[in-house]
Amino acid sequence: MQFMLLFSRQGKLRLQKWYVPLSDKERKKISRDLVQTILARKPKMCSFLEWRDLKIVYKRYASLYFCCAVEDQDNELITLEIIHRYVELLDKYFGSVCELDIIFNFEKAYFILDEFLLGGEAQETSKKNVLKAIEQADLLQEVSMLSSIDGFSWLF
Amino acid sequence: MALKIVKGSIDRMFDKNLQDLVRGIRNHKEDEAKYISTCIDEIKQELKQDNIAVKANAVCKLTYLQMLGYDVSWAAFNIVEVMSSSKFTYKRIGYLAASQCFHESTDVIMLTTNQIRKDLSSPNQYDTGVALTGLSCFVTPDLARDLANDIMTLMSHTKPYIRKKAVLIMYKVFLKYPESLRPAFPRLKEKLEDPDPGVQSAAVNVICELARRNPKNYLSLAPLFFKLMTSSTNNWVLIKIIKLFGALTPLEPRLGKKLIEPLTNLIHRALDLLYGMVSKKNLMEIVKKLMLHVDKAEGTTYRDELLTKIIDICSQSNYQYITNFEWYISILVELTRLEGTRHGHLIASQMLDVAIRVKAIRAFAVAQMATLLDNAHLLTGNMQRNGICEVLYAAAWICGEFSEHLENPIQTLEAMLRPKVATLPGHIQAVYVQNAAKLFATVLKGQEGNTDSTAAQETSQLMIDRLPLFVQSANLEVQERASCILQLVKYIQKLQQKDVEVAEEVSALFAGELNPVAPKAQKKVPVPEGLDLDAWINEPPSESESEDEQPKAIFAKEEPKHSRPRHTEVDEKELARRREARKQEQANNPFYIKASPSSQKVYQDTPGVEHIPVVQIDLSVPLKVPGMPMSDQYVKLEEERRQKERAEKKKKEKKKRKEKRSGRGKKQDSGPESEEDITPAHMVDIVTEEMPENALPILILFYFLSVNILLTEMIAFFWPSFKVCDIQGNLQDGSQVVVSVIFENKCDSFLKSMEFNVLDSLNSKLQRPEGSGPHDGLTVPFQLPPGVSNEARFVFTVQSIVMPQKLKGTLTFIVKNEDSSTHEKLDFKLHFTCTSYLITTPCYSDAFAKLLESGDLKGSSVRLEGVNMPFHHLLARICFHHHFSVVERIDSCASMYSRSIQGHHVCLLVKTSGQTVSIDAKCDEPTLLGNVLDEIKQTFSQC
Repeated sequence: MQFMLLFSRQGKLRLQKWYVPLSDKERKKISRDLVQTILARKPKMCSFLEWRDLKIVYKRYASLYFCCAVEDQDNELITLEIIHRYVELLDKYFGSVCELDIIFNFEKAYFILDEFLLGGEAQETSKKNVLKAIEQADLLQEVSMLSSIDGFSWLF
Repeated sequence: MALKIVKGSIDRMFDKNLQDLVRGIRNHKEDEAKYISTCIDEIKQELKQDNIAVKANAVCKLTYLQMLGYDVSWAAFNIVEVMSSSKFTYKRIGYLAASQCFHESTDVIMLTTNQIRKDLSSPNQYDTGVALTGLSCFVTPDLARDLANDIMTLMSHTKPYIRKKAVLIMYKVFLKYPESLRPAFPRLKEKLEDPDPGVQSAAVNVICELARRNPKNYLSLAPLFFKLMTSSTNNWVLIKIIKLFGALTPLEPRLGKKLIEPLTNLIHRALDLLYGMVSKKNLMEIVKKLMLHVDKAEGTTYRDELLTKIIDICSQSNYQYITNFEWYISILVELTRLEGTRHGHLIASQMLDVAIRVKAIRAFAVAQMATLLDNAHLLTGNMQRNGICEVLYAAAWICGEFSEHLENPIQTLEAMLRPKVATLPGHIQAVYVQNAAKLFATVLKGQEGNTDSTAAQETSQLMIDRLPLFVQSANLEVQERASCILQLVKYIQKLQQKDVEVAEEVSALFAGELNPVAPKAQKKVPVPEGLDLDAWINEPPSESESEDEQPKAIFAKEEPKHSRPRHTEVDEKELARRREARKQEQANNPFYIKASPSSQKVYQDTPGVEHIPVVQIDLSVPLKVPGMPMSDQYVKLEEERRQKERAEKKKKEKKKRKEKRSGRGKKQDSGPESEEDITPAHMVDIVTEEMPENALPILILFYFLSVNILLTEMIAFFWPSFKVCDIQGNLQDGSQVVVSVIFENKCDSFLKSMEFNVLDSLNSKLQRPEGSGPHDGLTVPFQLPPGVSNEARFVFTVQSIVMPQKLKGTLTFIVKNEDSSTHEKLDFKLHFTCTSYLITTPCYSDAFAKLLESGDLKGSSVRLEGVNMPFHHLLARICFHHHFSVVERIDSCASMYSRSIQGHHVCLLVKTSGQTVSIDAKCDEPTLLGNVLDEIKQTFSQC
């Protein structure tokens, strides 16, 4: 996979993950182009489209579009499956996820994505394992936070 | 929770955290750029501080701004600083920022090499994990060269979590630094057989990607992949491997042969999935695709598999998904053209089932069956049991039973009496003979009306000529029926020669329509008086009796007759078993309509055949579609029909919308056609409940339940308006009050992320988890789908209970709709009355007297005027609302007692005369007493 974008119906980018090195300028151009192209498509149109030399796979969940770019030998259906799996993971983690969850906890959304995909390849196909890894890392984060609180305790 | 704590503490230390930034941006839609530029200034200030927590927070905000398209490259060095933090929390943020913001031309990347190396070898697997994840996004050729060895070592890490990531990132490393491939490959190959499935699939991924670029080098791995393909159950891995074989097979043609079997297995799994996928909308399309596969399929096993799948899919849940039965009959007819199938019986039973149960389809079905009979020679190639010739059994029966629908009955009769029929299996011949007789009756009826009587006689002659062939049959059933009917026809012929009209009487032989019976029809028949259905008629059979050997009867299943001793009592289990058996029997019997939502109809009370429900069909499609392979045409017709329907619907909707323009109706998004939008061509029986256009405002109901003892007072807050309703306070040990809140979602939207917060007073505080700030809200540990309520408990610490308390609070939550979500806030007040601190405690009169004598209690009194209720009601009211118990009652005077959670004694002496009630009270805490009396007074002023 080359990159993944999440954006709202208004065209606001909510999450982006690039698995190929591109300059900021190129990234901006690509995401702007794609968001426009996809938002202009009708609901009944195909979830796959050819774009430049890439295949774009997208799916709308409620108000959010999930969009992935894959190379032309890649399978669109499995990409769709990856998108869906990511949504399921978000849903499990946040509990019936909505756009606001991703806006306010966007770093968490990235952490989940990073446990699921690495370098553009699916790294873990088990939902349970992904969530376990996230939970444990969160726990670790909280432990280290608590120890830092001791340092701040004079503030209170 | 701990995270919350810190966020709370950071809140107070910094100007803004990420949430504040996001909220701020959302609130400054007008002047977003200006707002963000001030934020960036703040962030720059924060980055100048030494505190790493402040820096991490700033970097986190920058990552968000970067996504919005702002340039943050100036902060690259700060990101590296945060990455280098020893705390996982900050490291995680740092690496995230780096993976989002760095690219190959970012010069500070050079500085990270050592830090990354250190993290990769960290004893903490999550440190290593974030480093690997980050690296996968910004790895440069330099980094790849410098770190290749470290990553290679990690491929053999003890933790699968690390191995998996290391294996995957190797692919990126190979791309950036191809020299690393050769030394790393043996280890990578090893990982294909890693005990952990995650690592295994990562290795498959990487090798498949590599092989796609250069398949020739990976041919030697084919046996290993073949093994994986046959053993793995992970679909993700399977797809990758199959793709890999796709690349390898052109180079090694022998592979193709080996792959057939495992691939067929995979296809079977896919077929099983189809079963669950079908809907009214896509059934025709899916079956059409399957039919194409049937045509193309090589090998009868696979083709038979497809055939059974098609029938399974179509007939599931009582033909739930079939909207057009003509189409289905055509599919069945098309399936009869399969050579060598072993599922003739299955097709035949489907034909019978549909023709019997779907009345409106009969004429069409009969026409199709007549064609089949006419072309029987095409089907008789396969004479084995269960071969395709079985469908002739169904065809003959349908043509005979519903012969009134036949267009050319003589032709069909002739087809049924061809000599070739004698080569069919016996049970089919028997049906032929019997139904030829039925047809004969119909033909006579048609011919006798005519003036020319010779036609009728010719028909009889035809029967007399052809039947002897069957009389000679070796099959007893055929022989018996044939000779019986032959004699009958001969007799008829004699009568005909005397010009006697016989048609009426001949038809009477087969009169009576076979109707499907609803499963509950029997219940409508009253049980005659004196009949005990549970009693045994005969002695029950011995258990060992075997029923397996029963010969298969053709027209009716013979019920084995059992004899049992008279049992008047049958246990529940036996009854249930029998009921189950009967259900089973009915399910297998085509003459029963099974219970299904589609056949639900209003039954009328009068029993009778007219009221037995038959699937009614409203045909909106022309009955005849010429040509033999027809199912495709139905697909087209169906498409057109749906389009028409949709157009009509749209018109209606438009009209509706116009009508609603005055109201506040929300415009509905006309999304893709949903399952419910499709009305079947045959029969529609879906009850749709109209949902109200305007969603109700959100109502959240709080109330407070006492955990230990009875109630006190309840106050509920409704949003948007406050209303008082029942609520109870709850008391535990001396200073703790547990408040149970029931949240009820009364709106149509999903509520989530609820946070309950109360503004503490000096006296009463909401207990928050250790370490959190005094203003933090508590997360309500559940979410609320529409219409659902759930209870959460909150503990308050109360220092003094002598005064009533009112606490202000807010509930924040996210309202989630189909395509939007909003953050909402709801203010409420929590009312702790003094009586809510009282616990009903029984007290004996002597103890009560002692208490009053002790002199420790201070007195107070109150008079209530105009109380117009019986004395015992009055007492009950005080007991109920204020947690008192009656100690003693003498006429119109009663003593009462209660105790507070902190051990205060409250004693009352209640006297009544006329409409005046006087209460003398004593308590060791005068303020508490005063307040309790005020509350009592209030209770009575309200009535």
